Amino acid sequence: MSFKIVVLAKQVPDTRNVGKDAMKADGTVNRAALAAIYNPEDLNALEQAIRLKSKIAGATVHVLTMGPARAAEIIRESMYRGADGGVLLSGREFAGSDTLATSYALACALRKMGKIDVIVCGRQAIDGDTAQVGPQVAEKLGFPQITYAEEIIDCTAKKITVKRRLERGVEIVKGSLPMVITVNSSAPDCRPRHAKLTMKYKRAATLSEKQDAGDDYTNIYNVYPYLNIPEWGVADIEHDIQWLGLSGSPTKVKQIENVVFTAKESKRITASDQEMEDLMKELITNHTIG
Amino acid sequence: MNNLFVYLEIEDGIVSDVSLELLTKGRTLADQLKCQLEAVAAGYQLDKIGECVFPYGVDTLYIADDKRLAPYTTLPHTSLLVNLFKEEKPQIAFMGATSIGRDLGPRVSSALFSGLTADCTSLEIGDYEDKKQGKVYKNLLYQIRPAFGGNIVATIVNPDCRPQMATVREGVMKKEIRSPKLVGKTVKLDVSKYIPDTDFVVEVIERHIEKSKLNIKNSSIIVAGGYGVGSAENFKLLFELANTLGAEVGASRAAVDAGFADHERQIGQTGTTVRPKLYIACGISGQIQHIAGMQESAMIISINNDPKAPINAIADYIITGSIEEVVPKMIKYYKKNSK
Repeated sequence: MSFKIVVLAKQVPDTRNVGKDAMKADGTVNRAALAAIYNPEDLNALEQAIRLKSKIAGATVHVLTMGPARAAEIIRESMYRGADGGVLLSGREFAGSDTLATSYALACALRKMGKIDVIVCGRQAIDGDTAQVGPQVAEKLGFPQITYAEEIIDCTAKKITVKRRLERGVEIVKGSLPMVITVNSSAPDCRPRHAKLTMKYKRAATLSEKQDAGDDYTNIYNVYPYLNIPEWGVADIEHDIQWLGLSGSPTKVKQIENVVFTAKESKRITASDQEMEDLMKELITNHTIG
Repeated sequence: MNNLFVYLEIEDGIVSDVSLELLTKGRTLADQLKCQLEAVAAGYQLDKIGECVFPYGVDTLYIADDKRLAPYTTLPHTSLLVNLFKEEKPQIAFMGATSIGRDLGPRVSSALFSGLTADCTSLEIGDYEDKKQGKVYKNLLYQIRPAFGGNIVATIVNPDCRPQMATVREGVMKKEIRSPKLVGKTVKLDVSKYIPDTDFVVEVIERHIEKSKLNIKNSSIIVAGGYGVGSAENFKLLFELANTLGAEVGASRAAVDAGFADHERQIGQTGTTVRPKLYIACGISGQIQHIAGMQESAMIISINNDPKAPINAIADYIITGSIEEVVPKMIKYYKKNSK
């Protein structure tokens, strides 16, 4: 029985570790100063996918990512950890996509990947925190969805049971396949790279990476076809151009502002006993505390 | 037609605070736009919903009452909104940025091809000029939110697609009754007309939803710690100060990510928004997402080693020093001087 699991993953700038040089003087983002990482919750999703694969005979895990050429790193990283392969969706036509245009492009690529049983992705990406792409992809494909997943508990040929972690509790839900599942950071961390898989896949590359490298390993790609990471552009997916990129994005950015706080008249005090006691007395006297 | 809709989140027959906050904001914006405020409730045994929401100025309440609509599942609630919106063509639709609103919103926006902005911290009405096309749009919804790790604040508009959709977290907007005497119109929807039976494919087998134990939102004093607190161990000092003052402990996202504090204590754009009488920020540098969640505090004290921490700009008192030194002194001198 074939059982196809696809993970949607995104390479994101590491907004959690933003240094002082992250913003340019003109107020735009200095992407070069930010490390590109595997979106954290997508790693939680990858782990759920690999675990699911291990429970179902004949199951496969493939990763789909949309981004620039270097996003192929995401696919290699996934293969080091247990994915069977992946596809990079790339092209300037996709630039400027908001969540809706992104989900349209991903849905087109997913249709090309054939019959899919389960799609797993992180709940949200740390560069936008929107949590929109998963449900929007599900809607575009006409699949039901289970968001905020913490664990895939059980899966048969027709039904999947998932534990959800919500703000104030848990829910266990059961739904029919195919299904889109978005995974929370409360789910188990992703396993580390597997040494043998890392050796096996370290030369995996997209066509443009092979061209850029200019090395002559053509032979190994013929001998080991699994080292070829497919790279799809708009021409490879069935699409309507008006739903891609900027024209497919209903939201427009009207304005971006650097954050400037209107400074209050603050009082600076030191940690000396005298000043600390004066402060606490003042707060008690004016009924702020006590 | 062309009205402002709020999706009501309902748990155990009670409308959630975030929905009432959105109604309050929605009422103000609807007045500005000279349109009606409409609310939609989906669930089971919803007879009391009207009494609860009409005082907030709801003109029309749509009710879809069916046993299968509670608890919430994605597809039936999506179909209800999509089909209702196709008929009613609202110009704006709001929902809470909760696990329900963030499950439902993107699905609805995708089906209607309308733009959705998540976790807005401010909503306003204004004009937009598309310079490329030389077109001016009047009275659009400005969806304002911090972006890109909080280094910038973006104003998003949806010029051509309707409804303009936004989600907002609980506590960001204020909840305020317009008048207790107000009564609007109730429209009972024929559920079978809006929701196909095939939508009931996901079944909730088990459900444990607890009332939140924490009450950060309503606490009048908050002692909050950031990454600069340094460790979960040092956070204990904050709890000690909070116990002394009768306060709650909050945390920045960085402190939560570092494992110093639980997620439910997170304050900021992606956590809780608070407006206490006193906010004591310990070792918090002051990223905009954090500031967005506490800037309306009546008084802010910042304790930080770095005299140039950005949060100091909005602080009333800036104490330059370490947490280990300052916090015990606050406890000591509070105890000494309070009766």
